[in-house]
Amino acid sequence: MSKSIREDGRNYNELRPIKIKAGVLERADGSAYIEVGGNKILAAVYGPRESYIRRLIEPNTGIVRCKYNMAPFSVDTRKRPGPDRRSTEISKITAEALRPALMLENYPRSMVDVYIEVIEAEGGTRCAGITCASVALVDAGIPMRDMVVGCAAGKVNDEIVLDLSEIEDKQGQADLPIAIMPRTGDITLLQCDGNLSEEEFNIALDLAMDGCLEINKLQKEALMDEYSNDD
Amino acid sequence: MTKIIPEITRESIINLVNDDKREDGRELDEYRSISIETDVISKAEGSARVKIGGTQVIAGIKPQLGEPFPDTPDLGILMTNCEMLPMSDPTFEPGPPNDDSIELARVVDRGIRESELVDLEKLCVEEGKQVWMLFIDLDIIDNCGNLFDACELAVMAALKSTKLPSVSMDGEEVVLDSENTIDLPINNKVAMCTFVRIGEKLIIDPSLIEEEVSDARLNVAVTEDGKICSMQKGGSLSLTRDEVSDCVHMAILKTKELMNYI
Repeated sequence: MSKSIREDGRNYNELRPIKIKAGVLERADGSAYIEVGGNKILAAVYGPRESYIRRLIEPNTGIVRCKYNMAPFSVDTRKRPGPDRRSTEISKITAEALRPALMLENYPRSMVDVYIEVIEAEGGTRCAGITCASVALVDAGIPMRDMVVGCAAGKVNDEIVLDLSEIEDKQGQADLPIAIMPRTGDITLLQCDGNLSEEEFNIALDLAMDGCLEINKLQKEALMDEYSNDD
Repeated sequence: MTKIIPEITRESIINLVNDDKREDGRELDEYRSISIETDVISKAEGSARVKIGGTQVIAGIKPQLGEPFPDTPDLGILMTNCEMLPMSDPTFEPGPPNDDSIELARVVDRGIRESELVDLEKLCVEEGKQVWMLFIDLDIIDNCGNLFDACELAVMAALKSTKLPSVSMDGEEVVLDSENTIDLPINNKVAMCTFVRIGEKLIIDPSLIEEEVSDARLNVAVTEDGKICSMQKGGSLSLTRDEVSDCVHMAILKTKELMNYI
């Protein structure tokens, strides 16, 4: 297969370097830290706790809320603090991406809060945020069917490639961020923008799913590092 | 606001769909009747009212000259906003757009933006100084389900009907001529097809009650030449790999039908 080398020297199916650490914060019920290339992201989980927002209470299940936030210093031009339309949307779909994995049916009228703070951004923050939040949810001891792991594929210079960097995201022709539950391969988040044929879409989806499985190994390693009693 | 659906209603709708039937008698892949009316607001430079079954939305386009973004000094600007009016649904609250409304506007916006159907280069008046900013505003006036497809159709139809004042330069001054208008430069079409899963099956163009019973959603926007330009998954449960591929395949076929309305 003729696959050219990318601007940062990676192969078409190669992830950026990833580092994950579980249990990095004291006060939160669960927390994690992730680096994916130049991304640096923290996630914290509180709950399940009694929902103090009455209109959100579900009588037969718990709910999950998410706040995705970018620090003002996380990008080249300072980002105005506070929620904007992009972060509101990402918060919503992140909560929906995590929800299928959580067994909240046993916690009626309660809520789980997930906070994702991007302290440095370099493309692909929503996927890395989900990957990190999932580790934090395990760290919080919330019953889960599976973990959730996010990764993107896309089209750059007419080639389908894995895990777009910031430059590739800006110059690329398409971006397909997904999140899956790795045991079953079920898709819990899927967005797409750009220009893809049906065939290209299917190739990109498979590539992104392979990327997710690879990242999932690192999630598990991070949890083993935190919780194994070997040393 | 939490919506509570009686178990008996939920069960009956799921059972119907599992037998390939729907409460309003449609096929699983059948749209409700669609009607599009353009130029419904004469004060707006472009407008359209779209009905899909009982769902009704109005899109209005207002262009304004303004400064371009520093990283794209020679490109016009698109901005999409959506008002889910309290008149359209008893559960919609007044106030600033909530996350549903922002998601709807952004998904519709990406369909338009990523298909590159508006020639943004031609919206540049003076590089780095003045470009056309197209404000795309959506009013949801009656919510009977599937706002995504209705809004995308409305914006597409409104853009096609948009007339910009012609611009000339008098020295440093920009002169607008509203008598002599030009058509907005458009070189593609886009339509969105929305699927929800009920029980084990995927259906197209969900009615309100079908939306409420469904557990997963997928929006697929496709251009006239059959390319996927935007997608978004929603809902509380996951979709399988095969379900997603089936949706994409079906969306490419179904959006061809929708293109005929524009």
